[in-house]
Amino acid sequence: MDQKPILTVRNLTKKFGGLTAVDNVDFDIYPGEVLALLGDNGAGKSTLIKCVSGVHSRTSGKVIFQGEDVNFSNPIEARNRGIETIYQDLALANNLDVAGNIFLGREKEKTYLGGLVRSLDEKFMRECAAKALETLHVQIPSLTAPIETLSGGQRQAVAIARAVYWDAKLMIMDEPTNNLGVPEQKKVLELINTLRDRGVPVVLISHNLPDVFAVADRLVIMHRGRKVTEKKISDTNSEEVVQYMIGALDDTRETEIVD
Amino acid sequence: MSDSTTNNTKTSGNSAAQKILLSLMQVWAWVFLACLILAFIVAVPLVSGSSVSFLSVRNSQNILVAITPVLLLGLGQTFVIISGGIDLSVGWVMSFASVISALAVRGAFDAGLPLPLAIFAGLVMAIVGCGMIGLFNGVIIAKLKVPPFIVTLGTSFIVRGMALLMSENTTVIGLPRGVRDYGNESLMYYIRGDGGGLHFFQKPEVSVELLRRMDRIITYPVLLTMLVVAIAIYVLRRTKFGKYTYAIGGNEVAAIRAGVPVERHIIKLYMLSAVTAGIAGFLSMLRFTAGSAVIGDPLLLSSIAAVIIGGVSLFGGSGSIIGTVIGALIIAVLTTGLVMLNVPSFYQFIVVGTVVILAVLLDQTRDIIKHKIGSS
Repeated sequence: MDQKPILTVRNLTKKFGGLTAVDNVDFDIYPGEVLALLGDNGAGKSTLIKCVSGVHSRTSGKVIFQGEDVNFSNPIEARNRGIETIYQDLALANNLDVAGNIFLGREKEKTYLGGLVRSLDEKFMRECAAKALETLHVQIPSLTAPIETLSGGQRQAVAIARAVYWDAKLMIMDEPTNNLGVPEQKKVLELINTLRDRGVPVVLISHNLPDVFAVADRLVIMHRGRKVTEKKISDTNSEEVVQYMIGALDDTRETEIVD
Repeated sequence: MSDSTTNNTKTSGNSAAQKILLSLMQVWAWVFLACLILAFIVAVPLVSGSSVSFLSVRNSQNILVAITPVLLLGLGQTFVIISGGIDLSVGWVMSFASVISALAVRGAFDAGLPLPLAIFAGLVMAIVGCGMIGLFNGVIIAKLKVPPFIVTLGTSFIVRGMALLMSENTTVIGLPRGVRDYGNESLMYYIRGDGGGLHFFQKPEVSVELLRRMDRIITYPVLLTMLVVAIAIYVLRRTKFGKYTYAIGGNEVAAIRAGVPVERHIIKLYMLSAVTAGIAGFLSMLRFTAGSAVIGDPLLLSSIAAVIIGGVSLFGGSGSIIGTVIGALIIAVLTTGLVMLNVPSFYQFIVVGTVVILAVLLDQTRDIIKHKIGSS
């Protein structure tokens, strides 16, 4: 790619006491790209991503975001810089409506009497929420109902709309299709495509190979904390990917293990 | 997904009926309150003689005066419970406020301050003193992560001890005579019958005979409580503060991740709860012209009952101030009505307890139906 990467990770290592959860990992992600991060349970994908998004502090290594060395001490700092993480458990308040969730923590207020009295600008927030959903081609039955009345896919859409509204420069999605029905999974994959079309790069953490092959441009596979390969989707197939995931193939080793 | 679509076609016949039932259950507390009042209007004259009316000016004003402390305790509690917490200390905090504001008023007046200033000193004392207790609760709950049930239970014992110590285990008396007017005079006065009429602001100077037929409409404590209720409604529904309260009760982790200052907000909530209890204590001091260390405790459970009848979920995340007002009214109407029907007072407890349990059952059933409709 001739563009500059949005995010560059170099030699990132994370140790929990004696355990090395992430071992010297490098990767880049470019604008308008979907990068899948694959690996078995415990391979270190989530830990790696948490070191980027400020949940964990890294033991060593470099993270360069938009050309700047960064070391976020918490996820809010990362989010303020434009790295938005969509968690498996969504991190939405189910008792609030769509606008309440999109604006949570960053509400728009109206002031009266010279700032003495403040109230929420509900109308403004609702209109913005509607627009944000529109840009993602998402339809939601009621903008004013608590989102607990929405389906899992619709709630994913709300979480993604929040990130888009706040102008995310990089989206990290941790198993976004987990616990969703098949039509809902499709909808979320469409959303990822929409994000790519809008130039927002996505790091997609997943177990689900069909999902990965449906939307990703490149993939990075981890095994026991190390990056074992990095490939373009067009240069690989799911059988090969599985071999990497279970550790049977490993580009970092000189010789392949033959059984 | 396909399951629920088939479900949908099956239940679509019922769902209209379910929706009507649902909207009825949404407002059941209003309906119940209206029915109660109607029932007492009919029943009271039958039992107590035709001259006694349940909805007379005097009786309705008595109900209002009676609910102010329960309502004030319930207001702060509503915020706290919506956020997923609970404050068991408000009863004794109210007592504490009653004692310290009485001591402050007496002290300030004896030191030569004019009465209005002395009373203002009492209010400041109640708010600041109780604010500190709320701060103590909030910091231990939010920063040290001790469950609110335990912290506020502990605090209630501590505050109880402090209130009894400061009052020297007796009622604080010797307050200036004028205090009584602040606690009992009103916006309007209504004199029934001949030579009567409505008077505003100033207590009419009339004969003893007429005074006997005079009722006070909206006493100052009731007025102040109405004002606090109005502010609470605004804050909970229209401000960031209210939004954060719901968000924390709905999903605390989500609120933290969204950048809501959760710890600070929880501290503010317990301070708010203690301060509304403090105002209740201050008003009771005005009303009785005395400070009492035992005035608040019996009101704690009534206030929680009012909140629950009003539809606030103990799991947090939902509820409203109006609900709590209705809940407090239901309890007050029930107790007053039963007294007027000459029902022994022990039965009041049984009835109120039953209503609390029924209220929660109704809310649960409503949520189940709501989810059925929502997911289909």
